[in-house]
Amino acid sequence: MPTDGVNTKRRRFLVATTSVVGAVGAGFVAVPFIKSWLPSARAQAVGAPVQVALDGLDPGQLLKVQWRGQTIGVLRRSQETLDLLPEVDGDLKDPESLASEQPAFAQTEDRALKGEFLIVNMHCTHLGCVPQMVPEVGPQPFEENWKGGFFCPCHKSKFDMAGRVYKGVPAPTNLRIPPYSFIDDTTLIIGVNPEGAV
Amino acid sequence: MAKPASTLAKSATATMAWIDKRLPVTPFYNAVMTGYSAPKNFNFWYYLGSLALFVLVIQILSGIFLTMHYKPSAELAFASVEYIMRDVEWGWFIRYLHSTGASFFFVLIYLHMFRSFLYGSHRAPRELVWVFGMLIYLTLMAEAFMGYVLPWGQMSYWGAQVIINLFGAIPSIGEPLTEWIRGDYFISDATLNRFFALHVIALPLAIFGLVLMHLVALRENGSNNPDGIEIKENKDENGVPVDGIPFHPYYTIKDIFGVAMFLLLFAFVLFFWPEAGGLFLEHDNFVPANPMVTPEHIKPVWYFTPYYAILKAVPDKLMGVILMGLSVVILFFLPWLDRSPVKSIRYKGLWYKVMLGLFVVAFIRLGMLGMAEGTPAQTIEMRVWTFVYFAFFILLYFISPGAKTKPLPERLTH
Repeated sequence: MPTDGVNTKRRRFLVATTSVVGAVGAGFVAVPFIKSWLPSARAQAVGAPVQVALDGLDPGQLLKVQWRGQTIGVLRRSQETLDLLPEVDGDLKDPESLASEQPAFAQTEDRALKGEFLIVNMHCTHLGCVPQMVPEVGPQPFEENWKGGFFCPCHKSKFDMAGRVYKGVPAPTNLRIPPYSFIDDTTLIIGVNPEGAV
Repeated sequence: MAKPASTLAKSATATMAWIDKRLPVTPFYNAVMTGYSAPKNFNFWYYLGSLALFVLVIQILSGIFLTMHYKPSAELAFASVEYIMRDVEWGWFIRYLHSTGASFFFVLIYLHMFRSFLYGSHRAPRELVWVFGMLIYLTLMAEAFMGYVLPWGQMSYWGAQVIINLFGAIPSIGEPLTEWIRGDYFISDATLNRFFALHVIALPLAIFGLVLMHLVALRENGSNNPDGIEIKENKDENGVPVDGIPFHPYYTIKDIFGVAMFLLLFAFVLFFWPEAGGLFLEHDNFVPANPMVTPEHIKPVWYFTPYYAILKAVPDKLMGVILMGLSVVILFFLPWLDRSPVKSIRYKGLWYKVMLGLFVVAFIRLGMLGMAEGTPAQTIEMRVWTFVYFAFFILLYFISPGAKTKPLPERLTH
């Protein structure tokens, strides 16, 4: 590049400004491509509340339904199961659900609007697998002092019968509780809080 | 006595001269093939690079033909793979070529990387050869992961679930980031479709470019060798290294022999053992993806299990992800962590042999534990080997500069 008779200061200025303007332009052009990866309008629309009939559900039975692509568990708990919940408090990471995600009404020992029905997002808070329900009380291969609960096959996280996470497992928080309410005694609606839709 | 050239040979020479004036084919060929001096003492470990390149060609070729029948949609993907396996003429062959090729690619790459640990091929002035190699390895991992999602079986689905949620561990931006990657609130058709695009277009292009850079950087300084000394420091009166031999025909013949031997083994697995007992194609992946049910025992394909074991060994989500990421990232720094005055294990002394031996055991055991059920005893063992894995790199940095070495030879040995 010839340099005699050249205003190098101006050349450097022009090179710098052209580069900056070009980079800004490239940045703006990147936006449509990056945004095209977000959930589409169609994906966002498929999020309507789901109604579940509860009259066929026996105590101890777990029903899985899909809501916004997530597997939601509906578990009918017996009184014995509910009575066992406080016994494991000492083994839990977050027994009072302070750091966990749930509607305000579910921040209780049984984590439910009606203690009999646990409505829980079944995806493990570690990496999203669906834990299995192991309702049997007694020693299990993964836990000596087992009072019933959920066990994740992926990374061995353990939860009690209220979806509360045990200490010393990779899952950081309790299983999430979705917003829900009851239309009548036997009909549950997932995606709508008692005070209204979310 | 030279025979007079035939008319045909004369016109061939003339044609070549015409082309060379417009496109430097002959000079390029001379520079990288016949005129390129490679060390004369290459052993088994020097087959692996050319074999990896060969498998890359297999993957691209078989992949192109698979896309002619495969349907990248959540509705149709699983059935279209079964269609390839059952109804497409020779479809099973093309698909097994691709799936077996993927696993063999990693076998070759791991051995190829181990060669560097043995002979210090990543040391100055070849650091960038190593860095580009690591970038290929990283891209290849993404390529393999996304390829594994495409059949849309149970392992595809839940493997994708786990791997994408790893990004969710990043504080504050984690959740939106996973949503952005998935293109939905769960793993869905949108996820599959974009993984297909990345798997067949974006990542292969990236791999191709990186392989090119890897080779250009390699030819710049020439290959290292089992003795880890520079043959260019000892040249004859013509400026040719005395311990070098022309790459072509000597090493092209050697590499072709390597390809033949490799194909024997490859064909055996391809025809008689394509699932490799669940190692290459997992049993659960012959069940269509079901978002409601996680398979009892979920694990990645074998080539990811050492890192997966490190993830499982840590009882904390964010720390587990960080440590797993670090276990791959630390490899990038290998050229600067090894500060020994000699490159090759041959002249490094016992300390390195012991450390490298332990490192290899750690990597293999982590790989085995990564696919195991995960009893408490296994978790403790995973922690021990995770410690050994990282200790290798840290100790290497501190021991290598001061450790006693054996005297280097003047010329290459065999």
